[in-house]
Amino acid sequence: MASPPGSTDTATRPAPPEQIKAVPVRHPGRWVATAIIAVLAAMFVHMLVTNPVFQWDFMLDNMFTPAVLRGARTTLIMTILAMVLGVLLGIVLAVMRLSPNPIVSGSAWTYIWFFRAIPRIVLLFFIANLGALYASYDLGIPFDQQLMDFFGFEADWRFLSLNGNQIFAGFTAGLLGLALSEGAYMAEIVRAGIQSVDPGQAEAASALGLSRGKTMRRIVLPQAMRVIIPPTGNETIAMLKDTSLLIAVPVTTELNFQLRAIGSRTFQIIPMAVASILWYLALTSLLMIGQYFLEKRFSRGVGTRETRAQRAARRARGVGGST
Amino acid sequence: MSEAVPSPFPLSTTPMVRAEAVCKSFGHVDVLKGIDLEVAAGEVVCVIGPSGSGKSTFLRCINHLEKINAGRLWVDGRLVGYRERGGKLHELRDRDVAAQRRDIGMVFQRFNLFPHMTALENVVEAPTQVKGVRKDAARARGVELLERVGLAERVHSYPNQLSGGQQQRVAIARALAMEPKLMLFDEPTSALDPELVGEVLDVMRGLAESGMTMIVVTHEMGFAREVGDTLVFMDDGVIVESGDPRRVLSDPQHARTQAFLSKVL
Ligand SMILES: Nc1ncnc2c1ncn2[C@@H]1O[C@H](COP(=O)(O)OP(=O)(O)O)[C@@H](O)[C@H]1O
Ligand SMILES: [Mg+2]
Repeated sequence: MASPPGSTDTATRPAPPEQIKAVPVRHPGRWVATAIIAVLAAMFVHMLVTNPVFQWDFMLDNMFTPAVLRGARTTLIMTILAMVLGVLLGIVLAVMRLSPNPIVSGSAWTYIWFFRAIPRIVLLFFIANLGALYASYDLGIPFDQQLMDFFGFEADWRFLSLNGNQIFAGFTAGLLGLALSEGAYMAEIVRAGIQSVDPGQAEAASALGLSRGKTMRRIVLPQAMRVIIPPTGNETIAMLKDTSLLIAVPVTTELNFQLRAIGSRTFQIIPMAVASILWYLALTSLLMIGQYFLEKRFSRGVGTRETRAQRAARRARGVGGST
Repeated sequence: MSEAVPSPFPLSTTPMVRAEAVCKSFGHVDVLKGIDLEVAAGEVVCVIGPSGSGKSTFLRCINHLEKINAGRLWVDGRLVGYRERGGKLHELRDRDVAAQRRDIGMVFQRFNLFPHMTALENVVEAPTQVKGVRKDAARARGVELLERVGLAERVHSYPNQLSGGQQQRVAIARALAMEPKLMLFDEPTSALDPELVGEVLDVMRGLAESGMTMIVVTHEMGFAREVGDTLVFMDDGVIVESGDPRRVLSDPQHARTQAFLSKVL
């Protein structure tokens, strides 16, 4: 507030002009809208409270059972793991997509095209049944048996053999499906982020002698993050919700499955559906908090805010007594 | 330095830069049409010329940000971007190109500082990441360099907290941190408000006096006259005229030089 009229410290200066006290414009439309919304909200709350179908006590009693809590944990862990793998895969695909080598960028394009076209629930169902394709999945030299046959030996070069029915079941299958699919979406987000960075940045880095890898890791990607993080937040929230598709694998330890199971066992469908809604609201809010801190972390050098190091330096100078 | 002496550089030593008939085209557009130039160690060459004449492209060829299509280009006696063996040119691997670039500092018109790093982090980045200098040693040296360009107070500032002139001085310190043999400046003051031009030119003048070899694309004729040992006028992808800056500026021989100077002076 400005100093009140007639205060004494204005003796040297001319008195400041009088503050404007105008009559504000009235907005009758806003009052009407507020009234309508208030009535609708009251009706909604009234329905929640009076309709016996909601069974609030039952819902509260059943939405925190050990099985449900485990389900929430599985859902959260699955979301985070699938996103971490998806982001890493997305970065690799985005860098490949921007490669000058047409074979490399073409492969990335094909991957993205394929996995974006497949609905996640279809992909999950397919992966869950890959155990039927081969009984075991081996890691080794490609075409080893054919090569050995050719030279007349009876042997193979395999280092690791995995049982198909085990790896393509449950949690791993779900994680694989969600991460593979997410990689395709993240690739496009990361590519947009990389392309949003001024090409002068990569140029300055190479002029300093930084390798292409270091230029990408240390100069381009950190700046691309500002563009990458907000849509990645959306992707994470979408991923949280898509864990409910794990029923196609099936992964039965996941949150929605557990809540629905209680609902169908007790015939209290609505209360448990509401419980589901509340759980997803809570988990999404949790993720939004994480996103807030990530965005802050990667906005360094964007605002003109004083940073921690600068504040410390300024204080240190202040103690020295120079200013 | 080197007042009024026409050629203070003995021709027997290896020139810092030697360009022979350097040509560069983008698709069907010929941008450089045979550039011949020699820059001796310690020499300051200023390059002037109309926009689009290929000045930036030539600088970018010198540190192999662009590949030349014909001719030869040497920096400190080594072919840029290639190795000659058995009468054939072999492209250098990325790693070797990067190694060559370490010895060449470049300062851009738009500064191109890394915005997510403080002034000091900008300066320390290449020595630690490319040369493997220890972090504390690099930071000590970085602070020294920032003091040298008059920014001791702004060591921990991010680029967007600095004025254009301060940013460009950080960029110069960043290039110097790699201890280059040659510095390339591409219109370093063109993006600055007029009152900030002087502080950057002062730093460049100090650098020239310390004996740094410099190629400076500029529109600052005063700087070219006072600091430059040689002035090169480029137009349409060729060097039209070059020589002692005072002579070229006061008595241009070619009609194109005359026309250009009459517009800018
Ligand atoms: N990467 C590029 N692709 C196509 N044309 C380019 C490229 N870089 C520069 N040019 C063209 O080369 C010509 C010379 O550019 P430049 O070297 O920037 O000139 P100057 O720096 O003298 O203004 C211009 O006509 C410009 O359009
Ligand atoms: Mg230019």
